[in-house]
Amino acid sequence: MPFLLPNRYKGKLIVVEGIDGSGKSTQISLLSRWLRSRGLAVAFSEWNSSPLVRRTTRRGKKKEMFTPASFSLIHATDFADRLESYILPLVKAGAVVCADRYAYTAFARDVARGVSRRWVRNLYSFALRPDLCFYFRVPLDVALGRILGGRNAIKYYEAGMDLGLSRDLEESFRIFQGRILDEYEAMAGEAGFHIIDAALSIEEQQRQMRAVVRERIGEALDSQVLRLPEGIDETA
Amino acid sequence: MRPREPLQFYSEPIPGVDCSELLGTLIVIEGPDAVGRTSQIARLHGWLEQEGHAVLHTGMARSALAGKGIQQAKQGNTLGPLTMTLFYTTDFADRLENEIIPALRAGFVVLTDRYIFSIMARAMARGEDRRWIERVAGFALAPHAVFYLRTRVEDLVTRVVVGRGAFDYWESGMDMRLGLDKYESFVRYQSRILQALDRMVKSYGFTVVDASRPPDQIFTELKRHIAVLMGGRTRAAAGRRRD
Repeated sequence: MPFLLPNRYKGKLIVVEGIDGSGKSTQISLLSRWLRSRGLAVAFSEWNSSPLVRRTTRRGKKKEMFTPASFSLIHATDFADRLESYILPLVKAGAVVCADRYAYTAFARDVARGVSRRWVRNLYSFALRPDLCFYFRVPLDVALGRILGGRNAIKYYEAGMDLGLSRDLEESFRIFQGRILDEYEAMAGEAGFHIIDAALSIEEQQRQMRAVVRERIGEALDSQVLRLPEGIDETA
Repeated sequence: MRPREPLQFYSEPIPGVDCSELLGTLIVIEGPDAVGRTSQIARLHGWLEQEGHAVLHTGMARSALAGKGIQQAKQGNTLGPLTMTLFYTTDFADRLENEIIPALRAGFVVLTDRYIFSIMARAMARGEDRRWIERVAGFALAPHAVFYLRTRVEDLVTRVVVGRGAFDYWESGMDMRLGLDKYESFVRYQSRILQALDRMVKSYGFTVVDASRPPDQIFTELKRHIAVLMGGRTRAAAGRRRD
C-alpha cells in the first residue's frame, strides 16, 4: 500500500492479520518467542490495547454507543497512541516489533461496517509500513467452528450486530465475518500479504513463517536489529 | 477541500443521512483559546431562544463517548499529537451523529463552540498534514456560517493573565514545549493556531470577526450576521410551505 510510510529504521515490524479464529495470535506468539530465543530484542503490540484509549472503547462497546464512523475513529485513535508512544520509538531504536493485527484490520472490518475504503486508508496513512505481513487464510466455516466451539459468548460488535444484518447473533457473526474475509482477500495483493494456509497444522504454519522471516529479513535481523547483551535470558 | 453548500458533507457522506431532511441551522463559533468564544455563545444562546428558536449548544470534548477519555488522557504526559487529533475527531463524530444531526433534523439552531477547524488547526500547529486531517474530518457537515473570532496573540495573553491568572498546559502547547516556559510557548503555539485558522478563512468561507473590541460590540456584530442568516432561512422556509 503506497500510503503507509516505508520503514527506514534499524528495527523491523512484523504483523499478522486474519479473521477471528484464523489462528494468527498463536502463530505470532510462537514467532516472537523464536525471535527472542535467537537473542533479538522483541516487543509485542496487540490491537486495541492503548492504555489511554481502552477505557473509552470499552465504554462505547458496553453501552453500544458506536456508529461505523466512531467505531473506526476510536480504533484509529488507539492505533495512533500505540504507534506514537510504543511501536515507532521501538522500531527506531532497533527492536523487532510483532503486532497482532494492524491497519489492515481496520481496512477490512471498518469497510465491512460500511465505511468507505478510501477514507479508512487515508485515516491510517500515518502508519509505518510493516516489513512483513502474514495473512492467515482460512475458510469461513473453519474459523466459525473454532470460535463457536471455543467460546460461549460472541460479542456484539464482533458479530456486527450494530449493522442489523440478522437478529440472530451467530447468523450475524457469520455474515459479518464473511464480509471481512472478502475485504482481506480483495486487499491481499495491494497489501503484499504473505499468505499462510491456516488450515495446515500449527507446526507447519510456523515453519513457513520462519522460512519467510529468514528469507526476507534474515540479514537485517543478523546485522542491524538490537540484540540482548550476553548473559541475559529473555526467554525466562 | 472544495467549498460546500450548507448542510452537505464535505467529502465523505455518512451512510443513512439524507441531507435534505436537515431543516435546522448550523452555526460555528471558532477562534483561538481565550478569545471569548464561550461567553459570546452563552449570550447568543439566550438571544436566539428569546427570538423563538430552539437551540442546541455543543462543543469540543463534550461527547458521551469520548469526553471523559479525552479529559483523562490530558491529565497524563503521554498524549501524542496524532492520538490527540484522532481522539478529538472521535469525540466530534459522536456529537455530530448523536447530537448535531438529530437536532438539525428537528429544526434546531445548533450553536457549536469550535468545529473541525480547531481540530485541524491544532493538528497543523503540530506539523500534521493538512490534506490528511481534512480528509479524516471530511464527514463533517458544512455549516451555514463560521464566525472566526480573531485577535492578536498579545490580546490573548492579556485575557489569560487578567481573566484566568495562569497559563494552561495544553493552551500553551506545552506538549511541544515551544519556549522556555508556558508564556513563551503560549505565544508561539497560539500564533501557529491563528496562522492555521487564517489559512482556512477563504477555503471554508469564515466570517472574520474582530475580537479585539469590547464584548458588547462583538455580540452586536454576531447578532447582526445571524439575524440576516435566520431571516433568509425563515423566508426560504415560508416560501417552501407556500409551494
